[in-house]
Amino acid sequence: MQMPAPQTLPKISSRALNVYYGAKQALFNIDIDIESNAVTALIGPSGCGKSTFLRSINRMNDTIDNCRVEGTLIIDGENIYAPHQDPVQLRSRIGMVFQKPNPFPKSIYDNIAYGPRIHSLCDNKADLDGLVESSLSKAGLWNEVKDRLREPGTSLSGGQQQRLCIARTIAVNPDVILMDEPCSALDPIATAKVEQLIHELQAHYTIVIVTHSMQQAARISQKTAFFYMGKLLEFGDTSSIFTRPSLKQTQDYITGRYG
Amino acid sequence: MSRPDLLASRHRAERRFQMYGRAAIVFALLALVLLLSTIIENGWNGFYHTELRLTLSVDENVVGHDPAQLRHTDMTPYIKHALLAKFPAVTERRELREMVGLVSSGASVKMRKVLIADPDKLHKPFTLWLPASDTIDRAMKSGVDEKTPELQRKISNRQLGWLALFKQQGDVRVVFNPYLLSSGDSREPELAGFMGSMVGSFFTLLACMFVAFPVGVMAAIYLEEFAPKGRLTEWIEININNLAAVPSIVFGLLGLAVYLDIVGIPRSASLAGGLTLALMILPTIIIATRASLRAIPDTIRDAARALGASPLQVVLHHTFPLAIPGITTGTILGLARAIGETAPLLMIGMVAFVADIPKNILDPATTMPVQIYLWATSPEASFVEKTSTGILILLVILISMNSLAIFIRRRFEHRW
Repeated sequence: MQMPAPQTLPKISSRALNVYYGAKQALFNIDIDIESNAVTALIGPSGCGKSTFLRSINRMNDTIDNCRVEGTLIIDGENIYAPHQDPVQLRSRIGMVFQKPNPFPKSIYDNIAYGPRIHSLCDNKADLDGLVESSLSKAGLWNEVKDRLREPGTSLSGGQQQRLCIARTIAVNPDVILMDEPCSALDPIATAKVEQLIHELQAHYTIVIVTHSMQQAARISQKTAFFYMGKLLEFGDTSSIFTRPSLKQTQDYITGRYG
Repeated sequence: MSRPDLLASRHRAERRFQMYGRAAIVFALLALVLLLSTIIENGWNGFYHTELRLTLSVDENVVGHDPAQLRHTDMTPYIKHALLAKFPAVTERRELREMVGLVSSGASVKMRKVLIADPDKLHKPFTLWLPASDTIDRAMKSGVDEKTPELQRKISNRQLGWLALFKQQGDVRVVFNPYLLSSGDSREPELAGFMGSMVGSFFTLLACMFVAFPVGVMAAIYLEEFAPKGRLTEWIEININNLAAVPSIVFGLLGLAVYLDIVGIPRSASLAGGLTLALMILPTIIIATRASLRAIPDTIRDAARALGASPLQVVLHHTFPLAIPGITTGTILGLARAIGETAPLLMIGMVAFVADIPKNILDPATTMPVQIYLWATSPEASFVEKTSTGILILLVILISMNSLAIFIRRRFEHRW
C-alpha cells in the first residue's frame, strides 16, 4: 500500500493578517500558506495589497511610520510579529529584491560582501572571497564581472544590477527570497535571464514574487495567489488558477478585462 | 488684437524681460567692481612699508658677546649714532628729535634681533634696512603736498630734506611689509600687523568647529533618521529654523551671560568667542546636514535594511558616508559666516586692544573683522589704509573658503 506523501509544513503562514496605513486598511484577514522550495506568485491589480503583504513577511512595513499590522505571520513555526521578535535578525533570514535595482554605490565586491560582513558570516578574507564568488556564480553574474570586482556596482547595466542585487541577497544565505516586481524595470532579455535565475534558485530557497505580468507568473511559479482590494480572493496551483479559476473576478483579471 | 500682433507683443515682452535680467546683473557687477576697486585702491599700499638703510656699528666692548646681554641692550643710541654719521650738522635738541623720528620705534627691536641672530656683526660696521617711521612711510606712499604750510603737516621741511638725501643715496625703499603678517596690533601704525587677529580668528574658529560640528551633525542625523515623527520633533524643527534667523548680536548677549559670567571663561579669550559663534552656526550645520541626508534616496536604506542591517548600521555604513560631501560644504559655509561675524564678539569683549599674538585658546585675542573695526576707528592715515588692507586679506580668506566648499561639492557630491 502506498503511503500518502508526507505533508510538508508550510514555510510561511499568515492567519488573520490585517494591515492598516493610518486609518486606511490595506489588507483584510489574509490567510495563506506558502510552501518551501517553491515559487509563489502574488498577482492582482495595482493597489490590491500584494506589495504590502510581501513587505509584511520581512517586516519592512515597520519602517513606514503609520503602518499597523495585526494578526500573525508564522515563519518556520514562529510568529514573527510576537513582541520579542527582532526584525533586524529576521531580515537576515529573509532577503528582498526590489523593483528598481538598488546596488550600493560601492564596488561590486563590497556590495556582495556587505551582508556577510555585518553578520560576521566569514572568518577570513579567503572565505569571504569564496562567498562572493559563489554568490555571483549562483546569480549567473560571475563570468561577466570577475575581472572588475572593484568597479562600482552602479556601473553595470540594469539587468546586471538586478542580478547583482539577487547575488547580494543570497550571499547572506537566507531561507526565503522576496521579490517585488523584479523584472518590471528590465528589458525582455534581462528579464529572461532573471527568470532563468529564479528557476535555478527555487530548489534551494522559498521564493515569493509579486508580478504584474500574468505570463511571468504562469512561466515561473508553482503556486499563485490572486489579491483584489486588500483581500486574498484565490490561491492555488498556478496551472489551475490560469486554466480553471474558480472566481469570475480571477477569470476577468487573468484575461485582461481589468487590471 | 489679431494673431500676428499678439505674437509680436509676446516677443517684445520676452526681449524686455531678458533686458531687465541683464540690467540687474550689470548693476550687481558694477556695484561689486566699485566696492572691490575702492577697497583695493585704499588698501593696496598697506601691504608695503618704507625702509631706510643705515650703516650701524656696535662696539663689542660695550655690549659683550653674550646674547643674554644683548637682549637687555637698548639699540637706540646706536641708531642715533648712525643717523648722526649721515647728518653731522644736527646738533640742536629739536633737530635731533626730528632726526630720530625718521625711523620707527621698531627699528631698535629689529636691530637687536639681527644682532642676536648673527653676533658676528658686532665686530665691524654693517648696513641694515630699518623700518621708517609712519611720517616717512606716509610721505613715500602718498607723497607730500609741498604747498601746505609746514605747521599743518606731519613731516617737517628738514625731514623732507633728509628724505631727499636718502633717496639720492638709494638708501630708501618701499617693500613688502613684514609686520603686516607677522605681528599683532600696535599703537604705532607702521608696526601694526594682522597676524594677531588671524591667529585669534583661527583659535576662535577651532573652538567653534569643535562644538558646532559634532553637535550639529549628530542632532541632524538623529532628527532625520531616528526621531519618531510627531509633535515634539516638529516643534524642535521649527525652533531650529527660527534659531537660524536670530540676529547675531543676541548670541553675544547669551555668550556674555553664560560663558563669561556663569562659566567664567576669561574675557577676550578665543574660547568664549568660539562657543558664542558655535551656537550661531549650529542651525546652519543642522539644516545642511539634514538636506544632505534627505537627498539620499530611500532605496539605499531599504536595500541595507533588507539585508538585516540595524538602523544604526544603515546610517553609519550607508547614509552618513554618502552625505559627507553635503555636510562638509554646509560646514565650510557656516564657518565662512562665522569668520566674518563681529557683533556677537563685540558683546563678549573681544574688542580689546591686543598687541600680542595669542598662544592658546585662553589667551586674550581679537578676530579679523574686529581688528578691522578697531583700525577703522583710528584717525591716522596709516590705520585708514590698514583697514582696507585687512579687509582685503579677510576677503581673500573668505573667497578661498567658499571656493573650497564649491570645489568639494562639485567633485564629490553624488547626483542621484
